[in-house]
Amino acid sequence: MNAMNFLQAAFAGRRLATLGFLWLVMIAVAAIAAPLIAPFDPLEIDPVGRLAKPGWPNLFGTDHFGRDTFSRAVYGARMTVIIGTGSVVVALLAGGLIGMVSAYFTKLGHFLMRGVDVLMAFPALLMALVLITLLERSVFNTILVIGIVYATTTARILFGMTLKLKGEVFVDAAVCSGVGNLSILFRHILPNLVSPLLVQASFIFAFAQLQAAALDFLGLGLPPEVPSWGNMLSEERIYVTRAPWLLIYPGILIVLSVFSMNLVGDALRDSIDPRFKDDISGV
Amino acid sequence: MALLEVQNLEIAVSAKGKLLPVVQSVSFSVDDNETLGIVGESGCGKSLTALAIMGLLGGTTVRITGGSIRFDGMDLLTLSERERRSIMGNQMAMIFQEPMTSLNPVYRIGDQIIENIRQHQKMTKAQARDRVVELLSLVRIPNPSERVDSFPHQMSGGQRQRVMIAMALSCDPKLLIADEPTTALDVTVQKEVLDLMADLQTRMGTAIILISHDLGVISETSNKVAVMYRGRVAEAAETESLFLELAHPYTRGLLNSMPVVDSDVDWLEAIPGRVPTLEEELTGCAFHPRCASATELCLTTVPKETEFKHGHSVQCHFPGKVAP
Amino acid sequence: MLAYTAKRLLTLIPTLLAASILVFLFVHLIPGDPAAILLGDTATPEEVAQLSSEMGFDHPLYIQYFIWLSNVLKGDLGTSIFFGEPVLSVIGSGAETSILLASMTMIWIILIGLPIGILSATKHGTWIDQMTSSGAMLAASIPTFWLGLYLIMIFSVTLGWFPSSGFPSLSDHGGITNLRYLLLPSLTLAAPNTALIIRLVRASMLDVSREDHVRTARAKGLHPTRVAIKHIFRNALIAVAAAFGFTFAALISEAVVTETVFSLPGIGRLVVQSILRRDYPVIQGVILVIVVLYMVINLAVDLAYARLDPRVSLK
Repeated sequence: MNAMNFLQAAFAGRRLATLGFLWLVMIAVAAIAAPLIAPFDPLEIDPVGRLAKPGWPNLFGTDHFGRDTFSRAVYGARMTVIIGTGSVVVALLAGGLIGMVSAYFTKLGHFLMRGVDVLMAFPALLMALVLITLLERSVFNTILVIGIVYATTTARILFGMTLKLKGEVFVDAAVCSGVGNLSILFRHILPNLVSPLLVQASFIFAFAQLQAAALDFLGLGLPPEVPSWGNMLSEERIYVTRAPWLLIYPGILIVLSVFSMNLVGDALRDSIDPRFKDDISGV
Repeated sequence: MALLEVQNLEIAVSAKGKLLPVVQSVSFSVDDNETLGIVGESGCGKSLTALAIMGLLGGTTVRITGGSIRFDGMDLLTLSERERRSIMGNQMAMIFQEPMTSLNPVYRIGDQIIENIRQHQKMTKAQARDRVVELLSLVRIPNPSERVDSFPHQMSGGQRQRVMIAMALSCDPKLLIADEPTTALDVTVQKEVLDLMADLQTRMGTAIILISHDLGVISETSNKVAVMYRGRVAEAAETESLFLELAHPYTRGLLNSMPVVDSDVDWLEAIPGRVPTLEEELTGCAFHPRCASATELCLTTVPKETEFKHGHSVQCHFPGKVAP
Repeated sequence: MLAYTAKRLLTLIPTLLAASILVFLFVHLIPGDPAAILLGDTATPEEVAQLSSEMGFDHPLYIQYFIWLSNVLKGDLGTSIFFGEPVLSVIGSGAETSILLASMTMIWIILIGLPIGILSATKHGTWIDQMTSSGAMLAASIPTFWLGLYLIMIFSVTLGWFPSSGFPSLSDHGGITNLRYLLLPSLTLAAPNTALIIRLVRASMLDVSREDHVRTARAKGLHPTRVAIKHIFRNALIAVAAAFGFTFAALISEAVVTETVFSLPGIGRLVVQSILRRDYPVIQGVILVIVVLYMVINLAVDLAYARLDPRVSLK
């Protein structure tokens, strides 16, 4: 109920953000029901029907293996959700834990945050590339790498926000009534950070899509057979002149999804506690 | 005709498509050499009235919806933006409540005053700078020729307020509006700043509107007082005649809630209740929910402005008839 | 100012050392004999043994680090497996492209981002503001390689206005006109970053415009444009300048994708190719160079910050 009110307040009078939210709901539905929606097997190769124009039965045409682009795009939604959610979980778990603990236990925190500073000296994409060099191409590793990259910023942000809350009266009150450290951190401080974390999560989700697509494009992301929008662009880019639709559909899907996520994040950001607004790093 | 004449000023704030009145039929006048004190609790509309006179309501949700403001023979509300700006900071200047934040932190204070001077007067930078040094010594800032190059963060709150006064006086304004100029300052500094303003007034003949929530400050510095309550002038008079006999129960409440240093009062009386918010619909006199002597009439009818004594006006059905 | 600079330089050293340890460890995190990794598949056992003793791989890790660090400080970043040349000169050959690309991109970001950001903030709440700030968010949502591919399609393939790939050095035939090769790439790289700057300029200016000193400026009777530029934008610039430095430093690594799309011989493309070729000495070298560059630029920004905000230098 509370969450509903929060969403209602955030999207009131914001048509574009509401459309973005609806688009994301559609993506989620497509991701869950991909086998029901996709008319063909996204991996099925058809040497005769290569590079078919959009039409019937191939709504978005076919690629250079004769695979149905529409079906691949539907399964791509699934990858989008998996990569986005996975990266958010890794970033928030790792970064969030480091940030909160550092702010609360200052001695350990000083040490940990210096480490975060050092990691932040590596630009995001470079760090992803370095990590990917050490790992094999897989869905899990892509999530891990992108998640770790954003864990550093998340740690910084949560560090700042926890510090602010630590000075609040309700924390002092909890300390005085003998509540344990960890309990204060997770039962008293964390609940206050849920909505700013939600905002940060939506921006990480958006960034993660762009990073994943870039890694796919460089041939360092998901394994080539995985039907992701980034891989679709990467594999078909040499056919851009002969079959331009192969690049238009996945590209537009990425843009719309990232744009929607940013719009949603922006709308949510305006309705959270103003104290935390400046901490969020987003578009 | 007085230097500034405000007549039936109406100000409203637009919220959710509705216009909520915040200032209603406010009238007063100020002349050269005079200080008008406007006193009232926060939210009574005194600051908005000041901003309306100054012309600083642009870009906000607050609109002037009626009345007139005449200044030096001009009808301010019919002037163009451009004509209005040529008066701001020139014939009419304002100082604000927050000396710590009212100066731009990235510019030297001298340059900020020079900007005001050169906006309105043809002067070279060097001439303007000399004038600034002169102004700074006028407002009693030590080492003015060095301090002119200071940044705001290098000065104390009291000094910054002096800088604000120097800036306001830089073009010899006819009217100075001071919105709670001493509220944010230490008590010892408060007195110095008020004395400084009074001193400058005798020297330059400036008219001053002093806005404060502190009846004590007003009584010491003003020739005339207007007491505002929820957007209306509850009581207005020459300072002496006002304190001689209080006509409005609200003014009495303000006075009773003030600590007096050399009296034996053991406790201070607070005015019961609070100022009703704008959204609350209210019939009759706006003060009736907090008034001990309110009658049926007060609940139903808004009191008209009546003359209590000569030059002493009040908006109350039973002026002066309140229990002491 | 000098003392402040010295102080900031000193605080940089521990971070730099820590980062260098990470870069050093990079080769050791790859499974296998580090000497064999650094020499590639074609190396003979004798060569492996020789490098192993040169780099002290038979010694404890911290000694290896000091050997590596002293080599690095002498300018010896190892030898590229693929090119057979010193890593530093391989990186150097990509520097011209990368620096020119980043600089041109910065120029676009400033020329396009600042005016639109200011416009958006001064027209706050109007349709102009809604268009520009939503438009900026849309631009920040476009994958750069996709944008690059379509710019090539339209301006190189269809219209033939600009070359689609490569970049001959400015010292080659064509001289300064060779910059036209970088026009599309720099616009591509500028798009998302300009969008971020627009959003940042807008947000910072809106923050500043609510501050008390802006009311003081308006009370002087200044023209609204002068208030917007001299008082609001000037103060917002403090936050924006920090982002500029950050962006410029990040461009060197963000250029990885753009340089690949446009086949530019820059450092970014070198990283990707080296990863695909498993040319570890080059990867290690490039990371080190970029990280150092990133830190130095951020330091420069910090110092610029002190100039922009008089309150900083006192601390």
